[in-house]
Amino acid sequence: MFGKLTLDAIPYHEPILIGTFSVAAIMGFCLLAAITYYGKWKYLWTEWLTTVDHKKIGIMYIVVALLMLVRGFADAIMMRTQLMLAHGDHPGFLPPHHYDQIFSAHGVIMILFMAMPLMVGLMNIVVPLQIGARDVAFPFLNSVSFWLFAVGVVLINLSLFVGEFARTGWLAYPPLSEIGYSPDVGVDYWIWSIQIAGIGTLLTGINFFVTIMKLRAPGMTLMKMPAFIWSILCTNILIIAAFPVLTVTIALLTLDRYFGMHFFTNDFGGNQMMYVNLIWVWGHPEVYILVLPAFGIFSEVVSAYSHKKLFGYVSLVWATAVITILSFIVWLHHFFTMGAGGNVNAFFGIATMIISIPTGLKIFNWLFTMYRGRIVFSPSIVWTIGFLVVFTIGGMTGVLLAVPGADFVLHNSLFLIAHFHNVIIGGVVFGYLAGFAYWFPKAFGFTLNEKLGKAAAYCWIIGFFLAFVPLYILGFMGMTRRLNHYDNPDWQPLLIVAFIGAVVIFAGIAFQFLQLFVSFRDRKQNEDVTGDPWNARTLEWSVSSPPPFYNFAVIPTVHSLDAFWEMKKDGTAHQRPAKYNDIHMPRNSGVGVYVGAFSFLFGFALIWHIWWLVAVGVLATIIAVIVRSFDQDTDYYVPAAEVERIENLYYEKLAKHQEKNHD
Amino acid sequence: MSNQPYTKFLRMVPLLGIVLIATGLLSGCGGDVVLMDPKGQIGVSEKNLILTAIGLMLIVVIPVIFMTFLFAWKYRASNTEATYTPDWSHSNLIEIVVWTIPCIIIIALGIVTWNTSHSLDPHKPLESTEKTIVVEAVSLDWKWLFIYPEQGVASVNELAFPVDVPVEFHVSSGSVMNSFFIPQLGSQIYAMAGMQNQVSLIANEKGTYAGISANYSGPGFSDMKFNAIVGSKEDFNAWVQKAKQSPNAMDAAAYNALAVPSEKNPVAYYSSVTPKLFDKIIKDVQNGANASNPAPTTEVASQPQHEMSADMPGMSMNHDQH
Amino acid sequence: MTNEVLTPNAHDVAHGHHDDHHDDHAHHHDAGPMKVYGFWIYILSDLFLFASIFATFAVLHDSYAGGVTGKDIFELPYVAVETAALLLSSITYGFAMIGMYKGNKSQVLTWLVITWLFGFSFIAMEVNEFHHLITEGHGPDKSAFLSAFFTLVGTHGLHVTFGLIWMATMIFQVSSRGIDATIRTRLQCLSLFWHFLDVVWICVFTIVYLNGVL
Repeated sequence: MFGKLTLDAIPYHEPILIGTFSVAAIMGFCLLAAITYYGKWKYLWTEWLTTVDHKKIGIMYIVVALLMLVRGFADAIMMRTQLMLAHGDHPGFLPPHHYDQIFSAHGVIMILFMAMPLMVGLMNIVVPLQIGARDVAFPFLNSVSFWLFAVGVVLINLSLFVGEFARTGWLAYPPLSEIGYSPDVGVDYWIWSIQIAGIGTLLTGINFFVTIMKLRAPGMTLMKMPAFIWSILCTNILIIAAFPVLTVTIALLTLDRYFGMHFFTNDFGGNQMMYVNLIWVWGHPEVYILVLPAFGIFSEVVSAYSHKKLFGYVSLVWATAVITILSFIVWLHHFFTMGAGGNVNAFFGIATMIISIPTGLKIFNWLFTMYRGRIVFSPSIVWTIGFLVVFTIGGMTGVLLAVPGADFVLHNSLFLIAHFHNVIIGGVVFGYLAGFAYWFPKAFGFTLNEKLGKAAAYCWIIGFFLAFVPLYILGFMGMTRRLNHYDNPDWQPLLIVAFIGAVVIFAGIAFQFLQLFVSFRDRKQNEDVTGDPWNARTLEWSVSSPPPFYNFAVIPTVHSLDAFWEMKKDGTAHQRPAKYNDIHMPRNSGVGVYVGAFSFLFGFALIWHIWWLVAVGVLATIIAVIVRSFDQDTDYYVPAAEVERIENLYYEKLAKHQEKNHD
Repeated sequence: MSNQPYTKFLRMVPLLGIVLIATGLLSGCGGDVVLMDPKGQIGVSEKNLILTAIGLMLIVVIPVIFMTFLFAWKYRASNTEATYTPDWSHSNLIEIVVWTIPCIIIIALGIVTWNTSHSLDPHKPLESTEKTIVVEAVSLDWKWLFIYPEQGVASVNELAFPVDVPVEFHVSSGSVMNSFFIPQLGSQIYAMAGMQNQVSLIANEKGTYAGISANYSGPGFSDMKFNAIVGSKEDFNAWVQKAKQSPNAMDAAAYNALAVPSEKNPVAYYSSVTPKLFDKIIKDVQNGANASNPAPTTEVASQPQHEMSADMPGMSMNHDQH
Repeated sequence: MTNEVLTPNAHDVAHGHHDDHHDDHAHHHDAGPMKVYGFWIYILSDLFLFASIFATFAVLHDSYAGGVTGKDIFELPYVAVETAALLLSSITYGFAMIGMYKGNKSQVLTWLVITWLFGFSFIAMEVNEFHHLITEGHGPDKSAFLSAFFTLVGTHGLHVTFGLIWMATMIFQVSSRGIDATIRTRLQCLSLFWHFLDVVWICVFTIVYLNGVL
């Protein structure tokens, strides 16, 4: 009836897990109680859970991403603590059974459930506004994508409390991840949380590709798109090409585990090398999916706060396109030590190095944007400067690892760990946090506290160096990754420094949450009245903060790059239109939530082998989609008078603000 | 916006510098940084390669970091004396420089990469006047089995070989993917079941070098350690003799017993080894034998029982090929 | 007024940008073509999906593990009939589309039903083939070759099955609603899907069956 699921799946005897569960349950209960007390269930359902508005979907993605940052970081600090302690006879406090789940979950969460949604969230909020569109191409699909992602989050967190997670590393290489060596549900949680969320990501890729190609404002040719939009276009091309490979690879592992097939088994012709190749054919583009939007954000941020046109736009666009294409032909550098031979290794090594040329070009473009600008020292600029230093170092260690001969002694060592955290933290995380600070006022209508923002940035930068420079050194000292304990006494001081670094990063994260709290508290003082708090250059700043739900009362016509900056120069910004028209908008829909719920049942049932529930989940999902297709009431028109009313409120605010400034 | 937040940032820079130097000092005086103190020719080549690559890249990295701080400081908004050119966004000269110099560096590095990918190819035998010793290494859960086919002995979690003699390791696995690695001597290579990988190493200095698995393989992974004891030829012969004193033989039954998962295995020796045991281990995996379903204790079949697939270049899936 | 929406001026069009009108009704007018465009992109992603499975088949196609090979188990005449059913179903779907463009509801329905029957025959024959192989002891768990065979052919079959569910829904919707703009767009997308699966089948037929036997 319940498949493999029994009450034994609940970890009664693990104090850390019981403690975590209690805290999570109490917080969850308080949240539910508060919503009930304030009578907000209907509001939550109609305004947020069923929304197809890209701005709200984006905010939901980011909320979940920040929660998962806390979970992923908790994993990190547990690992640092364990390694600090577990020298010689001291076993530390995390036996391998737990430690191995923690490092596996840490990787999956940080990459797929923290960085990806943070990126998708920013993409959601910004892209339609920046191209002068009302919403994305397929708003309903956007909602479905979010809920599929949410299912992945629920499943991976559920593995803490019901059953266990994979003990294979974040990519679950076979044969270790095959049923023979991992008979428990851990790998199945890995499979279904990633697989279901991955479908959501693929749909997002299609959605945003079509949005950018088809919904740009008139006059916005490809070479007049903001650099951020170019980076997102290329990112979505990567998603469309790479995520199907992930879907297939995980599906093949699933077939091995569930049906005894032999794709990657040791016996009967299986080939574990095929898995490694396939997973990295996805995995390498994945890291570019993460970093390209960050590059796009830096292009926006550095130009806005330097009050200067972005340097070298054309070559930047070409560099982005080249990086996109090259990212598909370098995957073997993740396993030079598998033994492919000199020719193959050399090809992939050289291809990898070549990527550093367009990447370096972008860094120079950003530097020369700052050159002869007037740089305002916002938190986003602190993140940018941190990025320019940190990421450059990370890129250097990456090119080093791209030399097969060097990789032969550095592969899988802590040097590798330091490298990829270097580029992911210094590039991806710093970029997303810079974008978060930059676009927060647009989404919420008030700016973030600057002091706390800068404190967070400094803590992250310093914490990064403290946490990861020791790991670079430990790699050179012969320490490999994923160790639970070690003997060499010379390693311990460095691991202590690394732990301190993690604590400093923790302070950075704490500052960010404090910043949110304080900024919310002070939101009236920090109100973004005009919608353009930074005196910036692109179209999203031409509407109110937050924007009206339809974004633009009248779709703007664009004549150049930095469209809004040019409008301000021309004096054509913020002009009342002569006439308003009815605006066509999509209705909210609960089908995304239902598809999510049924997908969750489907995934959970598969993990625990509850076959009847699997059938129910599949059928219910199909029926939900079919029922939706019969719904003919999926859109409506906003009357022109209503649009005019909303716009007039904004113009009045603008006028009052102008008067105040002239006094 | 005043200078204040900015000078605070500037004060962080020396702090950062101190932190970096301190962590560098903590690492010891080079003796423990084994990758920078290799004891064998392969490791030496790899160290030189690492330093060359880093040097080439610092040509770009150092100016970039310098420019970052310089531009951020000089063009801060409060410095109204600095030139401000809000619409200047293109310069052919800059484009040429920032494309060309990295191209040249990458071409140089690319040539180095091509050459060393071949010269350091693990499958390339080491040239030497000395006769190569062959060691067959099998990763199990969670220990290393080393078979010396020519000497007819085997050991668990301990290697020995003479100084200045090339050793050709044939590496496979009796379970999941591992990686055979002696950091102070050079290259690692993946150990994969049903397949034979190969790496040649040499130690040019006597000593005892730490060996590990460099690919996570399960709960006992952290204890999958071994020592590689490098001494004179006499020392090596003495070690072989020590192994030959062992009452244990490494036959199919002993192998099956060893293959049962265990952790923190002590060093063990075996005075004899069934001929072609290594090949049999590889074939048995392909046929579906594992610890819970051990292979029958028969002799090795003379023909491979089925075809192999996916022959990756440079890696032998068929024991007959070399 | 510069905020009024204008059609793209000649200057912008000359830059090779294939822009559309973006007045306030644009979303509505362009919704159909945009959906079809989006579906093409989905087809592209599905192409990558099949490419990965083909690549896997290429690597594992001769890993027989001492068991049966393609020559041993493939029956080309049977597969030829299956193939004919699927290819014919593409033709009949084409006739349905012709009916759609003519606004002829009964033509659409007739040909959709015939297409569905052909497609269903394809699936029935494939399920029969799989069942036969499994009961004879040549199931996907017997070797890597068999795993790859069942998965490649089976994934295609699964796509066709979803197509059949979609098609049945469309038959119902056309009969109850007639052919409005939304239905047209959906039939266009299904058309793309159905023909795409045909093309994939031709690759499967060639690379798996023909290559395996000849």
